[in-house]
Amino acid sequence: MTDTSVSTDSTQRRDQQEPILNVTGLKTYFFTRAGEVRAVDGVDLSLKPGEIVGLVGESGSGKSVTSMSILQLVSDPGKIVAGEVMFDGQRLDKMSKRQMRNIRGDRISMIFQQPNASLNPVFRAGEQIAEVYAAHTALKKAVRNERAVEMLEKVGIPDPASRAKAYPHELSGGMAQRVMIAMALASKPDVLIADEPTTALDVTIQAQILDLMVSMRDELGTAILLITHDLGVVAETADRVAVMYAGQIVEESPTNELFADPQHPYTQGLIGSIPMPGERRERLTVIPGRVPNLVDMPPGCRFAPRCEARIAHNLTKCTEVEPDLLQISPGRKVRCWLFEEPDPTADGAS
Amino acid sequence: MSDPLLEVTDLVKTYAVSGGGFRSKGGLVRAVDGVSLTIERGETLGLVGESGCGKSTLGRAILRLEDPDRGTIRFDGQDITNLSTKEMRPLRAKMQLIFQDPFSSLDPRTTVGGSIAEGLRVQGLDPDQRAKRVNEMLELVGLESYHARRFPHEFSGGQRQRVGIARALAVNPSFLVLDEPVSALDVSIQSQILNLLKDLQVELGLTMLFIAHNLGVVEHLCDRISVMYLGRIAETSSRNDLFDSCVHPYTQALMSAIPVLDPTRRKDRVILEGDVPSPLNPPSGCRFHPRCPVANTTSCVSEQPPLVSVGSAHEAACHVRAPKEADWGRVRT
Amino acid sequence: MTDLTVDINPLEVSQSSSGGLGINLVKELFRKRAAVVGAVMLGILVFIALFAPLISPYDPTEVLLSTEGVQPRESPCIHILGCDSEQPQHILGIDGNGRDVLSRIFYGARVSLTAGVAAVTFAVLVGVVVGLIAGFFGGWIDNVLMRLMDVLLAFPSLLLAIFIVTVFGRGLTNAVLAITVVTIPGYARVVRSSVLTVRESDFVKADRVLGVSTFRLLTRRILPNSLTPLVVQATLGIASAVLEIAALSFLGLGVQPPQAEWGSMLASERNQVFTAPHLVFFPGIAIMWNVLAFNLLGDGLRDAMDPRLNR
Repeated sequence: MTDTSVSTDSTQRRDQQEPILNVTGLKTYFFTRAGEVRAVDGVDLSLKPGEIVGLVGESGSGKSVTSMSILQLVSDPGKIVAGEVMFDGQRLDKMSKRQMRNIRGDRISMIFQQPNASLNPVFRAGEQIAEVYAAHTALKKAVRNERAVEMLEKVGIPDPASRAKAYPHELSGGMAQRVMIAMALASKPDVLIADEPTTALDVTIQAQILDLMVSMRDELGTAILLITHDLGVVAETADRVAVMYAGQIVEESPTNELFADPQHPYTQGLIGSIPMPGERRERLTVIPGRVPNLVDMPPGCRFAPRCEARIAHNLTKCTEVEPDLLQISPGRKVRCWLFEEPDPTADGAS
Repeated sequence: MSDPLLEVTDLVKTYAVSGGGFRSKGGLVRAVDGVSLTIERGETLGLVGESGCGKSTLGRAILRLEDPDRGTIRFDGQDITNLSTKEMRPLRAKMQLIFQDPFSSLDPRTTVGGSIAEGLRVQGLDPDQRAKRVNEMLELVGLESYHARRFPHEFSGGQRQRVGIARALAVNPSFLVLDEPVSALDVSIQSQILNLLKDLQVELGLTMLFIAHNLGVVEHLCDRISVMYLGRIAETSSRNDLFDSCVHPYTQALMSAIPVLDPTRRKDRVILEGDVPSPLNPPSGCRFHPRCPVANTTSCVSEQPPLVSVGSAHEAACHVRAPKEADWGRVRT
Repeated sequence: MTDLTVDINPLEVSQSSSGGLGINLVKELFRKRAAVVGAVMLGILVFIALFAPLISPYDPTEVLLSTEGVQPRESPCIHILGCDSEQPQHILGIDGNGRDVLSRIFYGARVSLTAGVAAVTFAVLVGVVVGLIAGFFGGWIDNVLMRLMDVLLAFPSLLLAIFIVTVFGRGLTNAVLAITVVTIPGYARVVRSSVLTVRESDFVKADRVLGVSTFRLLTRRILPNSLTPLVVQATLGIASAVLEIAALSFLGLGVQPPQAEWGSMLASERNQVFTAPHLVFFPGIAIMWNVLAFNLLGDGLRDAMDPRLNR
């Protein structure tokens, strides 16, 4: 199944383009003593050139495992048991370790939550960026260093020449994340995977980094997969959003439509449960219960045990049969029996 | 005129920081640098700021977990600033703390019931009374009585946070400090805990100091809000005033930096330049001036702005937006 | 409100893992093959030590030369392996003084185990108190105590032990005491560093806010939560204590003849390595067996207690 999302007006130009990254039927399980943990259980995801896709979910939803699976970095006891990852016409899941190393950090790069932990403490910031050029280009050392300083300037680091000589511990969290972004984008990658890039940062710094990521996308045309638990971050930056719950995507939609009119009961609950300044609600919407145990998944819809809509609509199917991701309008998909129409695409439940 | 439950005046708390190297000289971090605040009975004050602004230190100093360097703390009419550990003991039950990290705040080797009962033991309740009270508390926070016999590792983060709340409330405190009580929790669990706190606030008439970095979270529970920046209070106001008519440029920036859940409103925000300066070496004058979009007076650079009244129960510390000359009201309580 | 607003699902608190921490640890331990081997080896040793009088064929100090056919330093005589059935059976042979080696090794297990365990127990007791006080109270108390420990650590431990024994006199008790003194700093350090961590944890702060007394805080919160690394350290410590007891006895400073002890058995026959190798070989194996048992068990414990190595 290929992704058929239709973008909104602001991203019209991407319409015709083929996705640069396409994940289909991805399943990554962890084989632990407690049992088989189905961390990612049938994820389809696509990313077009220059597009920012937000992958949102709470802890344990499988969003980070999805990104690690894309990069083929799943380690024991985890295993990709099914699905394919197409990147620019090549199957990443079929590649050798060596081929994958050449792609990582060059055509697909990554930034993480803890910038200071991701930088090597014994090398200077500039050296670490220059290292990217050393690994993937044939540039001379002087040129590499020059490029590194240019990159630091590009990511908005004041006085880049002297900051290039700084060690990671001398940088603040925001600065370190800028260095990480400079490193990640040094090779002008096609895809940037950003795993909770602003979670460890203060809000005023978070705003700077998000702004920087969007402007770098505009400048370099890098597609970004933005993984986060924070719906606000997604609302600020993403073109399209996929909401994950218990290892599956439960709703996928262009950002504007998702926030204007969320469809899946989980998405609705999630949006309603975030207190926003200035709205002065007396009570927040609550999603009762908590995320199911990934070893012992409920039968039927994984959200059913916490779903109030199921009771309101008196649906019995939810606790018995697992719903498919149903197309409800161009570009919008929802995994929920509420949207089951007498329409031929909707009866494919297993 | 009023009889506040808590009154903090000019509180200063510094830390010596070692330089790291051998024999290298460390510095003095002024984590809390002259903070005054009052909390009326039954009121909830929100204390908001970014990491390193001193909000948690302030909370701990108020509970006398830290010894303040200067200033006074009056609780329920009594000066508790210099009370010894022994003298503090009878007051302990009246002021409680709820922690951020639900994983480190419970002893992994004690049952949940045992943790909740610890404070009751201090109060001299016998085992039967303690067990009864533990059950009441578990029910109050939405847990079951059989949970008392379980160990913390068997609970989820949200449940542990409920246990932490039960432990604090078991001793029947009149004042509660909540130090980022929901920031370690998942969004859907966060709202469960916030609603629980709201219910408890109403039901038990609690007075609270709610420390958080998230303005949205604070607004949900607080009557008044203070914004801290680098050890000092930048602005204090009622929650409505703060969101409708905040004065301090930092408050404005903080507010506009919060991502909104409406993608159509993306463009309209102020993005602050630069980093939060190190509290080891804070800027001269107004501590916000290097990042401030409106700093234009020489006094911004040279002089610390005092907290000045800018409306009813609304104070701000800014040379530009809240100049001293324009002040008709009181200068700090 | 719907009936779903109860946000606690009774099932989510797992029913299975209600055994608390101890049982999980034992389960975890038995997953490590090396630890199981160590435990079995130790079990055999403990059995031998406990029942030495019942299973030893002879009195360990009895000189058998008067018995017919017994020669000093005689090689092992085992009937089923073809040894003349006329001769009395001595599975591990006879030592230079005409005593049964097997019996001496069995009785030696008693000395080795009790001395090793005793030395470590005393050292742990003192080390825990020192580490707890130093870590919890900090300041000058910490400085004085830990510098004292540093001084102790600065001496080569065996040398210091030899010094102590020479000053206070030879004998098993003094040897154990010497090893105790020498190993205290190690335990004090381990305890102190975990106390420093536990002291700052939120659950200790919570107790302080509740007004819990310092004594209760120390004994009920800080001590139990600081003991994990100590258990490992102590288990491995027994292994080295066993070695040091043997070493002191070898040097003639520990157990005095005629009492059976592996180190002194080695020492008295060390010149016969080539003529009667079994007299050196079997005590050596016994020492190794003991040390290995505690080392395997200690390593297993460390792995079982380290949450990072699980799952």
